[in-house]
Amino acid sequence: MSLEGLTRRRLLQGVGGTVGLLAMAGCDNLSGSEWFRNLLGHTEALTERMQRLLTPRNALAQEYAESEISAVFPANGNSDPGTQEYVDMVQQHFVDWRVTVGGLVVKPTRFSLADLRAMPSRTQITRHDCVEGWSAIGKWTGVPLGDLMHQVQPSSDARYAVFHCADIDEQGIAYYESMAVEDLYHPQTILAYDLNGKPLDVPHGAPVRLRFERQLGYKHAKYVMGIELVGSLAGIGGGRGGYWEDQGYEWYAGI
Amino acid sequence: MMDTGRNDRTNEPELTDVAPSSLSSSSHMTAAPAPPLQESITWIYRHSLPVRVGHWINAAALVILIMSGLQIFNAHPALYWGNRSDRSEALLSIRPVRMENGEVKGITTVLGHSFDTTGVLGYSDHTARGFPAWATIPGPQWLAMGRQWHLFFAWVFALTGLLYLCYAVVSRHLFRQLLPTRWDLSGLGRAIKDHLLLRHGDAASGYNVLQKLAYVAVLFGLAPLILLTGLSMSPMIDAAFPWLLHLFGGRQGARTIHFIACFSFVGFIGIHVGQVVITGLVNNMRSMITGWFAVKEGRDVA
Repeated sequence: MSLEGLTRRRLLQGVGGTVGLLAMAGCDNLSGSEWFRNLLGHTEALTERMQRLLTPRNALAQEYAESEISAVFPANGNSDPGTQEYVDMVQQHFVDWRVTVGGLVVKPTRFSLADLRAMPSRTQITRHDCVEGWSAIGKWTGVPLGDLMHQVQPSSDARYAVFHCADIDEQGIAYYESMAVEDLYHPQTILAYDLNGKPLDVPHGAPVRLRFERQLGYKHAKYVMGIELVGSLAGIGGGRGGYWEDQGYEWYAGI
Repeated sequence: MMDTGRNDRTNEPELTDVAPSSLSSSSHMTAAPAPPLQESITWIYRHSLPVRVGHWINAAALVILIMSGLQIFNAHPALYWGNRSDRSEALLSIRPVRMENGEVKGITTVLGHSFDTTGVLGYSDHTARGFPAWATIPGPQWLAMGRQWHLFFAWVFALTGLLYLCYAVVSRHLFRQLLPTRWDLSGLGRAIKDHLLLRHGDAASGYNVLQKLAYVAVLFGLAPLILLTGLSMSPMIDAAFPWLLHLFGGRQGARTIHFIACFSFVGFIGIHVGQVVITGLVNNMRSMITGWFAVKEGRDVA
């Protein structure tokens, strides 16, 4: 028995240890290989197709009561673009700031903050889910992007809207994001200028940030400076449709 | 796809001292006197091909899901209830804390009680991180890659599980082998006592009642729970099925339940593998790989 027990234990330890080490080394090697990342990436398209199939196009993200608003709404990612140009805009309360909506549109238009505030607004108390796992609830007020689109009239070959932002990382790479044109018309997709009833502060994306409810936090671009409608995401930034997407995060961030 | 049930094949009675099954005799048998010179082995076709294939695909998927899940958890190593993650309301948190002498410790706080978990949780290998590198896929902190592994194998796990379930219903595997009968349940007390004493009867011809209950609980309880709480963390799915969040105590509640379900799976795997080893590793592994399970005739049943 002792011999048998010993053999079995040694066998188990040997097999277990070897398999474990090989598996771990293997997983890390696989993570570094292009073909395997491409294979794993195929699930993104599958997930998007399935989620869009299951979710009615205009199904709303849950909205909450005032009492459920987070006392502290974390300002993740960049909390201040810090460029001279941006600092100047902050000092002048963004009076000279304009957001250009252009690209594949019939009427390219520039909007000032006053223009946006003069348009019909939408206020929504929604939950922000960060890709890291935390959630916060905030009250956002802004202009539905669908309303802006009715003014600029995207042409029929426009497939994506790209959001160019003022924040630049240490390596000089500008933040940007993108969404499918159909998502621009979701009632809760807004260009927000107020958080919890006050003008957006710098950490939360002044003067305007995107609210793209039903998607993870990194899709909600802060410090929006321009909106460009395009037919393809190739050639913009790293070509994957966003700052974090270029670093391996999913473009479809529905989960 | 055929489940042939008990497809018995009896070997010629021959000397079996060196037969593979002798390796697998469980330890409680060793108290018995020297094995009889002549012993016959009955081969039972225990696991059909779909069961074996499904078992190994999801065994691998589950291990990868657990390890990549811990990688994702490490991006925000704290758990909450409700829809908000208010730092002050955390049910569990794992943090690196710098002591006055400059040393960094890993501190895990559960329901207000703090523990020093340096080396495992909070701080390991001179790195501030929730779970240590040996428990995560990939090893280093790399959330984007952890998510890719996790979401890919979540599909593998769910689709394999669904196919298995269809097979189990259509082939009647579910009703014949998995669902406990009234007779099974009447022997529950005895079975629990025997298991606690590590006295495993000769249950080769089918699953025993505790096995049945465990597998049914995983199949209809734990697996759907972990899939649904995983889906509840999707803001898109929440818009389509708001009742999911009401069911699971909010988005952070769902995340907490997902985490608890994960460790329930870890517990299940631990007990399952332990049972496999003590009831005959080689025989059990052979039956889950080839389908064939050896039963010694004339074995004394404890």
